[in-house]
Amino acid sequence: MKCKRCKEKATVQLRSHNAAFCKPCFIFFFQRTVERAIDREHMFTRDERVLVAVSGGKDSLALWDVLIDLGYQTEGLYLGLGIGTYSKASEQKTRAFAEQRGLTLRVVALDETEDNLAIPEVAATTRRPPCSACGTFKRHHFDRAALDGGFPVLATGHNLDDEAARLLGNVLHWQLPYLAKQLPVLQPTHPRFVRKVRPLFRTSELESATYAFLRGIDYVVDECPNSHGATQLVYKDLLNRLEHTMPGSKLAFLTDFLNRGQPLFAAGPDGALGECERCGMPAAGELCGYCRLVAEVGRRRAQAVAHS
Amino acid sequence: MQIRLEPQGKQITVSGRKRVGDLVQSLGILAGTVMVIRGDELLTDDEFVDDTDSIELRAVISGGVA
Repeated sequence: MKCKRCKEKATVQLRSHNAAFCKPCFIFFFQRTVERAIDREHMFTRDERVLVAVSGGKDSLALWDVLIDLGYQTEGLYLGLGIGTYSKASEQKTRAFAEQRGLTLRVVALDETEDNLAIPEVAATTRRPPCSACGTFKRHHFDRAALDGGFPVLATGHNLDDEAARLLGNVLHWQLPYLAKQLPVLQPTHPRFVRKVRPLFRTSELESATYAFLRGIDYVVDECPNSHGATQLVYKDLLNRLEHTMPGSKLAFLTDFLNRGQPLFAAGPDGALGECERCGMPAAGELCGYCRLVAEVGRRRAQAVAHS
Repeated sequence: MQIRLEPQGKQITVSGRKRVGDLVQSLGILAGTVMVIRGDELLTDDEFVDDTDSIELRAVISGGVA
């Protein structure tokens, strides 16, 4: 198999693009895809400080690596979720990545915040799926860190497979408000929110894993122990079966939605957001989603004490 | 050949000279959901591996909801 660009021996095969690349040409291809996504979607410029949410996984570390290589101003943000040895290994690899490259990494440990709540405890107490609680906590602390650090932009490592799986889930249940917001760039809807961007939305998991491997990035290969049975994995499996039969389907599914479908759902601006009475972050009601979840933990703990 | 499946940490042995694409398919794995790694190199579907090789099939799928 020959490299599509230079005709040397290929080391990477991308069925979705009907192409193969050697190592240098794949790295060029990957970085160019990310840079084009940033430019075409007006995500951010080289004059803006970007806070990159990093988990220690292939996607977020690949993203940070690309942004550094392309000359963007970045700092990393690692959120310690308190998920046993998985979180410890994730933090260790993220810290090592930053230290080896001389990058600034901000670390927020959930069990050291004012609420002192790690994900396993929240999920067990509220009986919610861990991924649901995790998503709420991540959004809150990402927003908070970006705001406190004065960053105009927060970048996450969501890739094409993540976005296609999310789209499939939103379509299966016709989640109209979520379809209206499924974009690679979310502009702030409140002064205490910052712009949120997903520069990897056009690159597949295979591509980000390949990039990380070829760049020698030591990422966490193990899966989060809470992800077993997660609905998103079911959607990803379905899409991978489709992709196997019809290469390029995932990219077409997402990009055709963004170009032709999403504008039909983007009916208008959200209702005006107020501020959470507890933490001051934007909220549709009296409390934001994060503080509602923290309050639920408190209520359930009190009930457990009363019944014991 | 020795094959290590990651992140499961499972080790299996397969005999004979095989095309990488056929090997992956014979293990019931969808193409494009794993990287095929030999040492510090990635292998494409058209390459061959044999009993002297030690390879890793590393899944690229990550899950949950970010």
